[in-house]
Amino acid sequence: MSIVDRPASELRKSLASGELTSVELTQACLDRIVAHDQSIGAFLRVDGERALEQAKSVDKRRAAGEKLGPLAGIPVAVKDVLCDSQAITTCASRMLAEFRPPYDSTVVARLKQADAVLLGRTNMDEFAMGGSTENSAFQPTRNPWDTTRTPGGSSGGSAAAVAARFAPLAIGTDTGGSIRQPAGLCGIVGMKPTYGRVSRYGLVAFASSLDQVGPFATTTEDAALLLEAVAGHDPRDSTSINRPTPAYTESINKPLAGLKLGIVPEHFGAGLDPEVSTAVKSAIEVYKSLGAEVKEVALPHGKYGVAAYYVIAPSEASSNLARYDGVHYGFRADQSSALADLAAERQAFVAAGNAAAADNVDSPLVRMYRSTREAGFGPEVKRRIMLGAYALSAGYYDAYYLKALKVRRLIRRDFDEAFKQVDLIVGPVTAGPAFKLGEMVDDPLAMYLVDLYTVSANLAGIPAISLPCGMTKAGLPIGLQLQGPPLEEDRLLRGARMFEAATDWHTKQPTLAGAK
Amino acid sequence: MSDVPYTTVIGLEVHVQLATQSKLFCRCSTQFGAEPNTQTCPVCIGMPGSLPVMNRRAFELSLKTAVALNCNIPEFTKWDRKQYYYPDLPKGYQISQFDLPMSADGYLEISDPKDKFEPKRIGIIRAHLEEDAGKSVHDEAHGKADSEIDLNRTGTPLLEIVSQPDMRSSAEARAFLDELKLLLTYIAVSDCNMQEGSLRVDANVNLHLEKDGKKIATPIVEIKNMNSFRAVERALEYEAPRQYREWQETGRQLGEAPKQTRGWDDVAGVTRGQRSKEESSDYRYFPDPDLAPVITSAAEVEAVRESLGELPDDLRTRLTEGYNLSPYDADVLVNQGRAVIDYYLAVAGESGDPKLACNWVTQQVLRELKEREQAIDAFGISATKLAGLITAVNDGLLPSTRAPEAFQLMLAQGCDITAALAELKIERVDESALVELVKELLAANPKTVADIQGGKLQAAASLIGQAKKKNPNVDPNRVRELAIELATAGN
Ligand SMILES: [Zn+2]
Repeated sequence: MSIVDRPASELRKSLASGELTSVELTQACLDRIVAHDQSIGAFLRVDGERALEQAKSVDKRRAAGEKLGPLAGIPVAVKDVLCDSQAITTCASRMLAEFRPPYDSTVVARLKQADAVLLGRTNMDEFAMGGSTENSAFQPTRNPWDTTRTPGGSSGGSAAAVAARFAPLAIGTDTGGSIRQPAGLCGIVGMKPTYGRVSRYGLVAFASSLDQVGPFATTTEDAALLLEAVAGHDPRDSTSINRPTPAYTESINKPLAGLKLGIVPEHFGAGLDPEVSTAVKSAIEVYKSLGAEVKEVALPHGKYGVAAYYVIAPSEASSNLARYDGVHYGFRADQSSALADLAAERQAFVAAGNAAAADNVDSPLVRMYRSTREAGFGPEVKRRIMLGAYALSAGYYDAYYLKALKVRRLIRRDFDEAFKQVDLIVGPVTAGPAFKLGEMVDDPLAMYLVDLYTVSANLAGIPAISLPCGMTKAGLPIGLQLQGPPLEEDRLLRGARMFEAATDWHTKQPTLAGAK
Repeated sequence: MSDVPYTTVIGLEVHVQLATQSKLFCRCSTQFGAEPNTQTCPVCIGMPGSLPVMNRRAFELSLKTAVALNCNIPEFTKWDRKQYYYPDLPKGYQISQFDLPMSADGYLEISDPKDKFEPKRIGIIRAHLEEDAGKSVHDEAHGKADSEIDLNRTGTPLLEIVSQPDMRSSAEARAFLDELKLLLTYIAVSDCNMQEGSLRVDANVNLHLEKDGKKIATPIVEIKNMNSFRAVERALEYEAPRQYREWQETGRQLGEAPKQTRGWDDVAGVTRGQRSKEESSDYRYFPDPDLAPVITSAAEVEAVRESLGELPDDLRTRLTEGYNLSPYDADVLVNQGRAVIDYYLAVAGESGDPKLACNWVTQQVLRELKEREQAIDAFGISATKLAGLITAVNDGLLPSTRAPEAFQLMLAQGCDITAALAELKIERVDESALVELVKELLAANPKTVADIQGGKLQAAASLIGQAKKKNPNVDPNRVRELAIELATAGN
């Protein structure tokens, strides 16, 4: 077994005992990336030099007997959506292709504080919009289990990086399922914490009221370790929750006694792949064998979740992305051709004797906005901006946006009621295993349905985790989702760990082409 | 068309920059006049990933203002995004308050001591907090028509105070603005410096006409870009007849044309229409998901109310009822601001003569301050010293005719009244000595005596000058009285 195949919790011990140095570990990760990322495309940029510098410095400080952070010397890959003052942050968009933030996001700052080694920046759907990481302006990411398939999205780069063992840990963001869905499709652990548990400061916003940063790892214990390092109150984020972060790693191996699990009958209806259904049901049997009580709960408004999500998220996105207008930073379309076009358009109207129409041609400023946003954003981002602008416009606000907010409240109430009866809700993460690259590119509505089981947790702001629970006959991973009440990450992690301890799905690894 | 009488209907929107050290959603300084773009950070310039955090002080100042404007303060207020594209608006939206502002339904009393209009109450529809935008600087001097943007002002806290359309003349609008500015400076929530943009005014104007027994309203026009209260008055005076002429030409009524925006050209003295494309009709407001709503308890509002102190209107009442000043005098004093009032109250209290204290402060002191372009805090005669001067007059130590001389000396030397009296050799003239003096003068002026005896009492005045020459401390009135008394005594 190679170094990189070992979970972070073990690596920590080896680093602490001196059996392994961070430089060795970091170099092993970098070597594996060099060998295999060509065929996966998990990373947009690998900061090899900086990573080795950090590793060296940690090793030196450890040798000097200094007190080190909880992630000392452990490589972490970061989704290219969190600002890092030492790295270009692109959000996989042409708009920010060369954007170097002047500050660190709180999550990146906390990783640095925890003495993590920042390995590089992972690929994603542009501005985190998508479910397959095919919407990246720079490259698609491929699923390490089958490179003809997607890793899911939008945090597909981070999920693929951990699944391919390029990094033991990675950071992703989850707006409608963007951590849990790719974790499920890549056979690893991914968690969306309670909204407000992790600071959003420096997270380039997609939909502010839904976005949440969370961990990817190969085990629940590692997920707990990474969450512990980045969670906590941040006065720079008004929506950050001012409550202490429990020590998840200390409680993770304590099973939940008398666990009551809820299942939602609708989650097992038409549309669910039979292999996924079977795997999830046998996972529930595992819980029963561990003494858990399983009962049905109702989430009657869950069926409106995707609809509400696709009103609220684009509305916020249309507003959050207004700042990319070419004025202050980032991409600006070439102005000489834009101005020439403008003059030509005006000329054409004048020549046709329509002076009034010529007057209505854009001002140079408006044309600059238009051409910049036209060339800077990809089709999915444009689609969502249009959806959002429409949903918020004066005549439609009540019919769409306000109604979606009402649905959102009802979904939250459903969960509140359900959690009066059960401790956790268990079910599938996705309706099927990883789909083929390009399979849904021309069918945005079908793509939107991949969030079916995950969006409700974002709308309600509750924590949820995805962990491996089976494999299809074709050898693709299947994920299990657990959802918990707000701020009960501890319960969620312990519940997930109970299953993990009783099974070995989390130990399965993809065989990479050309692997030694 | 024959003349139709009309009423001008005016509502004002006043943007007040709050006197905070830092911006509304970040810690950047709000100091005026810094080098462009030196007072910015990722938050106020809307860098990707940055998040706003409310400045508690800005909210407290707006709460204070809203309470002073008699507004209702709801328990719950939230933040909304007002979206439009403009180069000086870095996020593509402005954080403001839309449907649930932090205060509503207040009023401000206005009156005119010169009686141009009856005292009235102007309704306040709402006062809400918002962040300011940046500033575009169009540099056409170098022939390039380049535009530069200064984002120092971006994120500065503004309180937008929106009045009901309760004003009916430019005089009323002016009185509203004066009273509002006075109130804001009394409670120290803004420096109200119009040159530095701390106070900006937009006016909504239309006409109400009565024709053939039917009431008609003309379309509303919003006038922007007025940078002094005088400009507001002038713009309103220009706009009413202009709208009347337009109505005569087009006959258009409210609802038949969209709200028009016009700019005020202060040099040409006219309002000019702005292109309708420059107006935005759909701001796509929605609640800002980055900011938590603000909850204000009734107890907090009560605490603010108690901390407000005496407001201008309370002071006017105190001065007219408690100090027996005329409404005019009270108004003059109150309009000078809190520092002058405090000075006056000290002079009145220490001298025990509020009326005389008022005369001295409103006439001599204010005139000197104006000439010297000085604030009361820097004035050379303290309240205690001025009270000493007034007491000396009342005690007969200082003849009122010589009081201005003493005042000037005190101002020049910073001395008190005792020193001034000594320096000017002013002393009380003994009554018997005065009688002797007048007798002497009467003896030397038989013609005057004859005139007085003949009933020409005003002839006695001619002796005053001579008496003063002999002794500068004589009381002229007493000289005149004695001259008449003694001249007619023998008859
Ligand atoms: Zn700032």
